[in-house]
Amino acid sequence: MTPLLRVRDLHVGFGRDPKANEVVKGVSFELMAGQTLAIVGESGSGKSVTALSINRLVDFGGGQITAGSIHFQRSDGSVLDVTQADEKTLRQVRGSGIGMIFQEPMTSLNPVHTVGTQIEEAFRLNRGLTGATGRQAALDVLDRVRIPDAKSRLAYYPHQLSGGMRQRVMIAMALASSPRLLIADEPTTALDVTVQAQIMALLAELRAETSMSMIFITHDIGLVAGIADNIMVMQQGVAVEQNQIDAVLDNPQHDYTRHLLKAVPHFSAGKAVRTDGHRVEGRAPIVSVDDLVVRFPVSRGLFRAKAAVHAVDGVSFDLQPGETLAIVGESGSGKSTTARAILGLNSHQRGAITTAAGRSRRPIQMVFQDPFASLNPRLNVEALLAEPAIANGQRKDAALHERMQFLLERVGLPADALERYPHQFSGGQRQRLCIARALMLNPDVVVLDEAVSALDVSVQARVLDLLVDLQREFNLAYLFISHDMAVVERIAHRIAVMFAGQIVEIGEARGVLADPQHSYTKRLIAAVPAVERRNQHFAVDMTQVPSLVRQAGYEPPAARWRQAGIDHQVRVEVAS
Amino acid sequence: MTRVFGALWQHPSGRIGLFIIGLYLTLALLGVLGLTPHPALKQFMIDRLTGPSASYWMGTDLLGRDTMSRLMLGIGQSMLIAFASVAWATLAGTIIGLFAAWLGGLWDGVLMRLMDVLLAFPAILLALLIIAIVGPGTFTSVTAIAIVYTPIFARVVRGPALSLKQRDFVDAARTFGSSQRYILSRHLLLNLVAPLAVQVTLALAWALLTEAGLSFLGLGTQPPTPSLGLMLAESKNLMQQAPWLMIFPALTIMLGILGFNLTGDALRDILDPRTQRRTA
Repeated sequence: MTPLLRVRDLHVGFGRDPKANEVVKGVSFELMAGQTLAIVGESGSGKSVTALSINRLVDFGGGQITAGSIHFQRSDGSVLDVTQADEKTLRQVRGSGIGMIFQEPMTSLNPVHTVGTQIEEAFRLNRGLTGATGRQAALDVLDRVRIPDAKSRLAYYPHQLSGGMRQRVMIAMALASSPRLLIADEPTTALDVTVQAQIMALLAELRAETSMSMIFITHDIGLVAGIADNIMVMQQGVAVEQNQIDAVLDNPQHDYTRHLLKAVPHFSAGKAVRTDGHRVEGRAPIVSVDDLVVRFPVSRGLFRAKAAVHAVDGVSFDLQPGETLAIVGESGSGKSTTARAILGLNSHQRGAITTAAGRSRRPIQMVFQDPFASLNPRLNVEALLAEPAIANGQRKDAALHERMQFLLERVGLPADALERYPHQFSGGQRQRLCIARALMLNPDVVVLDEAVSALDVSVQARVLDLLVDLQREFNLAYLFISHDMAVVERIAHRIAVMFAGQIVEIGEARGVLADPQHSYTKRLIAAVPAVERRNQHFAVDMTQVPSLVRQAGYEPPAARWRQAGIDHQVRVEVAS
Repeated sequence: MTRVFGALWQHPSGRIGLFIIGLYLTLALLGVLGLTPHPALKQFMIDRLTGPSASYWMGTDLLGRDTMSRLMLGIGQSMLIAFASVAWATLAGTIIGLFAAWLGGLWDGVLMRLMDVLLAFPAILLALLIIAIVGPGTFTSVTAIAIVYTPIFARVVRGPALSLKQRDFVDAARTFGSSQRYILSRHLLLNLVAPLAVQVTLALAWALLTEAGLSFLGLGTQPPTPSLGLMLAESKNLMQQAPWLMIFPALTIMLGILGFNLTGDALRDILDPRTQRRTA
């Protein structure tokens, strides 16, 4: 049996001299009809470029296939060498042979057309369906990707749909041509974990229904464990290991695969929580938050009733010195707003935030998610690090210089870094820089807002280690905001789970992760991909997050809590 | 700074632009220092309306004054007005745009609507209006042109300032307790240098043209001080007999505007991060 796709010694280069600037350096693989191949690697490993070469989309990004062959079996049985094909043939292949879904569903959809129009267009171009038949086909395919109430959704514009919905629309469009091969380039990276689980389950079901092949590109080995038949690990343009999924996961041959499986935090349901620095009952907290409420007013026109987005609704917790409290939740759950409220960055907040007198004038400092956006590109490191000190009345003298050198060395940056500018550092180094800057004022509390989420997996692990070391050394308390349960498991002493602006469960990390009580926590933990759970089957779960927009004057009912352990409280769920 | 100049010199249209601007500045400087072929205001009555020749390279006018000497002085006068007015417009526009973006709300609304009103008038008409009220002269020209181009700078600053204000590094600065002055100068203004530099170069070209237009209408530079627009105006009745009187000032204006525009375009290519990534 001939394989659906056979790639031999593929070389792809970029720039003026593609042979000298090779990004993919001789990759070979085969894909049988109906099978799924996962390409795993970190950013810069050439995994996306490899995938984009298969339908020659790489040409439009400035890339060029310099050597090798890609043989694709078309629906009529003929075999086409994609590297030699002309643009007209390629358009047919892209239309009806190979479908593709991208990482960012918002930018892949045209914002000025309804999703219905866009799906109908896909049907018209690929199958020649027009008018009523096209509309019916669009409706059917939306049903197939399990979009509830498909008929009215056809008239929606992309911005009216959530990220998960948009990604489902993208999948629907890719399905419009009934492709023999679907390439999914990090299709769930921009999505929340529970939505990610929904999309993964959907892809698995669609694959079973249509028997199409899939190439799944991801940086997360745990994610593909349940869906892939074969796995190919890429590092710096070379496939370092490829084999059947069980062989790779249970018996990795290459060092890099082993490193990926080991260094990358994998979620283990509370087995890997920290054992140091436990909470001491009765110790005075360094920060306590009592009944924090943040509401952003929405105006709906002059005469309509006023309303407000209840971003954070009655959140209370406290934080002891030297302790990490992780706030987990999905986008829109209010976790970042809570973090910003503690630093006074929101304009509409009420409730009490009490900070015990700390070591410095500003005992709470913050590290932001995006290390590229949180450093002014026009200032050098010396000016960046000096800013907090100058803002608090210190002089730029030898002592300050010494502290900068000390912190730079402590976070693992070279001493000559002071003269350099942010763009001369990698993402991980920039985040270290942000950590050093946050420590300049010798704070007691550092708020880490998704501080490792934007980093590559192995860099992530090293920054987490650094954070734990710094915590011990300076007796720091961390408020660690994250959506990533695996990361949280490594660093948190206590965990607060937020859902729709409220804390639904809070307590000691092991208790919350190993024995979740609230239905949302259970769902969140069930959705985390893990190597150990690869054989479990996930059903498509369509639960949506409720709207947070409320009428003016609405107050949520008082929360009732029940005790689930010594340090483990759960909000009592009320049927709504 | 030297990096930008180096890049500008490497850029094909930047090199031409820089060369023209350099040439004009040299000519203007020589004119100001009195190092002209002939005294610019002296009337050689015997040589009235002679065409370009070995002794008068660009000919003479009705009063027997040397066109080339007058042009050199005119370039100086026009450049002075252009630079001064653009400097004022940059200063005023940057302050207005920065504060509108930073304060937001009512301030933003009032300031920017005011700018919109100014922008709604055609440039030369607004300048005419201002001069009609105050009376003609060099200083009035500078003020009028500055007011005309202030809204453009206010807009150029406000847009990026609004997006910079939302950036994480501004939030980070707030968490350290940095002063507003520090945030405005180090975090906002420093990042606005690139778009401003481009706008300044382009505005110089427009200012040059507006000044010529005002002088042509008799509302800018007053005789006997030569200026490019004024020389053009004086030549229009002699177009048939002495075409050189019109050709040389017109070419000078055109070439000057070309120089500034080429430099501005090159600057944009160099400073705009989107195009930078492609060339890097």
